[in-house]
Parts: sequence; structure tokens; C-alpha cells
Amino acid sequence: MISTNLLALFYLVSGVLFILALRGLSSPETSRQGNFFGILGMSIAVIVTFLSIGNFSTSFIYVVLFLLIGGGVGAFIAFKIPMTAMPELVAGFHSLVGLAAVFVAISAFLNPEAFNLGASGNIKLASLIEMSIGAAVGAVTFSGSIIAFLKLRGIMSGAPITFTGQHVLNLFILISIIGLTYFLCVSQSPNLFWTLIVISFLVGILLIIPIGGADMPVVISMLNSYSGWAAAGIGFTLENTALIITGALVGSSGAILSYIMCKGMNRSFFSVILGGFGGTDHISKSDSKEQKPVKSGNSDDAAFLMKNASSVIIVPGYGMAVAQAQHALREMVDTLKKNGIKVSYAIHPVAGRMPGHMNVLLAEANVPYDEVFELEEINNDFSNCDVAYVIGANDVTNPVAKTDPQSPIYGMPILDVEKAKSVLFVKRSLSPGYAGVDNDLFYRENTLMLFADAKKMTEDIIKSF
Amino acid sequence: MEIDPFIFRLSIFILSIFIGYYVVWSVTPSLHTPLMSVTNAISSVIIVGAIIAALAGNNENIFNESSIFGFLAIILAAVNIFGGFLVTQRMLAMYKKKKK
Repeated sequence: MISTNLLALFYLVSGVLFILALRGLSSPETSRQGNFFGILGMSIAVIVTFLSIGNFSTSFIYVVLFLLIGGGVGAFIAFKIPMTAMPELVAGFHSLVGLAAVFVAISAFLNPEAFNLGASGNIKLASLIEMSIGAAVGAVTFSGSIIAFLKLRGIMSGAPITFTGQHVLNLFILISIIGLTYFLCVSQSPNLFWTLIVISFLVGILLIIPIGGADMPVVISMLNSYSGWAAAGIGFTLENTALIITGALVGSSGAILSYIMCKGMNRSFFSVILGGFGGTDHISKSDSKEQKPVKSGNSDDAAFLMKNASSVIIVPGYGMAVAQAQHALREMVDTLKKNGIKVSYAIHPVAGRMPGHMNVLLAEANVPYDEVFELEEINNDFSNCDVAYVIGANDVTNPVAKTDPQSPIYGMPILDVEKAKSVLFVKRSLSPGYAGVDNDLFYRENTLMLFADAKKMTEDIIKSF
Repeated sequence: MEIDPFIFRLSIFILSIFIGYYVVWSVTPSLHTPLMSVTNAISSVIIVGAIIAALAGNNENIFNESSIFGFLAIILAAVNIFGGFLVTQRMLAMYKKKKK
């Protein structure tokens, strides 16, 4: 048995190690060491908790057993998951944190003595409020992440689900949650506690269903943030420093990522939450433009253009991941480099389905990270480059965002692809992207459309070289 | 008058939000996906609460109504801890510099 003070100091050490784990991510070189700090912090937290209880009875064996079962499942998933499925995986993991927070809160409510929170039916007021917040936010995180998971997996349609009175209903539920928490504190009634959890589950669902597929990067970041606040709420209940520190770190991390994603789409956080974006309502706009001439070519034309280029910029998007074209793409780039052509990659902040998704996919295909650039770093280089190869990206290259104030994507920062001498745009058809906006780039003088599957076209270009 | 311990915890919480703010802004955008998976893993430190809850049952009745929720939470958090750290490790191992 170790003293409470010593225990608190060890939790503080864990918290500091978690800070170092995030700090390590400031560069790929230090990141692996950072992850090690994270693992160390977690091990310390778990071991000192065991030591503090000192109850090495039959229960202890079960705890270890359950830990190993969960750990085994987690390890199996971690090794099996393809990198293209990272968004779903992260959404799934968030749901587990949320549900774990709910379970711990329930357990603390049923047996407050175990946590020094007073007696059952007479829980300390502050603890009860913290517990309710932890449970409610945890429940929202859980059900919201499940919906996000289903949408990302394609089990549920990515189209936003909206109905009249949606916002009024959400507002009503929000008020009822505050009311419920108040009455729960007054009466300590278990029924109110259960009702609170059930309603919070409902909020999570209602919150995410109106948000369309295009806004998924924001949703994932937002749920990341929620899972942190839920953990912090439980941390206050259990008076545990490691949990409070971690919850605050994760909460602010998710909030920052949401902000970066919103900025990448020039959308306010509020309009993302209110939902409805990425539906079918904008598509009708594009009808009038359909008659414009488009230049299209084949892999030989593309290879010819690239052969005569001295610099090429690759613009990958989510379509590249869908077509599993990243490995073929890297092979094509190798061929280009062998011919003395300078190649770099340009990544838009919202390319892919989650923050940084494209970077992971390129890293998996053995693309060195120092050839991959962010929007601000590379945007000026397009005017000096000979060929821009757009593969699986669409809305993030649309010049309309700079010129047409009527467009739903007006003001969104975009990659200045149209400034390249020639643009090779790999796409299956002229259909508009997620935002439902027709891409002006298709009809430009310097654009050559390559109508094909991204992987097949890239492989054909290698052959034609 | 003595300061309520809650105020100390609140101070830690607020200061940690600020630390998080500055630390996360310095994370390079190319590592945002590993950032999400690792934050996911560390937020599962909630497992300490689950362990306390699970061990609160007595020997005659290991799985009572409150400890059972603790055990369930242990499984969920453990999936996250192992899954989160290992998948982060797997991703970070792929980030390589240009061979010169």
C-alpha cells in the first residue's frame, strides 16, 4: 500500500509524461520517443493504482484478465487495420473512451464509498455534479462516435439527415439536461441519473446525423475533444491529477484540430454543428455549365507532358486513398525522379477524412516526409512548376473559391493548381466533389482531364514513360 | 480560511488546457493523425478509475452491480490503450526522411 500523497505524485509524473508524448509530435524524429513516454506514463498510472489498493485477491486476477483481453483485442486491431481506415478506427476508439467514462461514472454513482465520495444516496454535491458532467459528455461522445463510425464506414449514408424543428429539439434537450442535473443533485435519485445518461446518448446521435460527409474531419476532431472533456470530468470526480491533466490536453488538442479543419474549409464551427452541408441542394447550380468544352487525354499525353517538365507537384486527395493509388503514385514519382524531374507533394489541410490522413497514407507508401508540403509552404511554387498532377482531390483545387462570392466554397483556402503551366486532373467523370460545386479547373485552357481510375491511370503513365 | 482542494484541481485543469494549447499548436500538421490516435490512447488513463471501481467488490461477491461496470470499463479502456499506442507506433515507424 502506498500513501495517498505518493500516489498523487506518481499521477503527476504520468501527466507530465503525457505532455512530453504530445510534445514529441512536433517533429517525426522525436515522435517515436514521445510515444514511448506516453506508454511509460500509462504503465506508471496503472501500476501505482494497483499498489494503492493493495487488494491482491481474486478480484485482482480478474482485473488483470480483463485488461489482457481488452489489450489483446486492441493490439490485434492495431496491427490489422489498413491505414485507409484510420478515420473509422479513431472514431471507434473515441466511442470506447466515451463509454468507459459512462461506466466509471455509473460505478461511482452506485458505490461512492469506494471512491471516498460520501455514501450511496448522499453523495457530495460537487462530486455528483462532476459525475453527471463526465457521464453526460461521455455518453454524447459514445453515441456521436458510433454515428461517425457508421458514416465513415459507409454503413450509414454520408448525406446529412435533417428534419424540421431539429435545432429546436436539440435546444429543448440541452435545457432538459441542465434541469435533470439540477434535480439529480437535489434528490440523488438513481432514476434521474439513468435518464440523464439515456438522454445524453440521444444528444450524441442527434448532434452527428445532420452533419454531412464533407465535414467529417471536423466531426472526428470534435469528438476527440469531447472524449478529453469526459475524461477530465471523471478526473474531477475521482480527484485524480493524471486524468485531469490528460483530459485537458486531449480536450484542447481536439478543439485546436477542429479549428484548423474549419479554417481549411472556411466554415465556422457553428455552421458545421448545425449541419446540412454536403447534401444534394447545391448540385443544381452546376447544370448551366455542362456544355463547356473540356480537353481530355490519355496516359501517353500525360507521360509526354511530364517527360518535358522540370518540376512536378502532386496534389493527392481522398480519391487517391479510395483507389488505393498511393503505392502506384510513389512508383510514378520514382520514375520521374530518375529522369531528373523535381517532384514534391502538396497537401491541403482538409484532404482526406481526418487531419493528417494524407500524410500517413503517403508515409505508408514510403514517400519521405520532407517531400510533402502543407498548403502555405508550397502554394507559391505552383506558378513556377510545369505540371500539377491532381489525383483524387477536387474541391480543394477549385479556383471558384477565390472568384465567385456566390459559391458555397467561396473563401476556402485552395491550392493554386491553376497557376501551373499544365494541370493533369485524374478523375473518373466530371461530377462535382463533396461540396457539390462544379470545378472551374476542368474547363481551363491548361487543364488536361485524365478520365480513369486513379490507380490504373498512374500505372499506365509509368508504362508509357 | 483553508483553500478547497477543488480549487487546486481546477488550477491544474486550467493550466493543463494552456499547456495543451501551446503543445498542440507546435505539432507538425503531417503528424495530426498520430496526434489523434495518441490522445485517444492517453485519455484511456480513465482505466485507473475503472480499476478502483472493479476492485471495490468484496471476495464473496466479485461482480456486484457497481464493480461489474468497472470491469467492463477496464476492457474498453484496455482496447484503447493497447490499440491506440500500438497503432501510433505503427504509423510513426512509417515516417522516413529522404535517403541521400
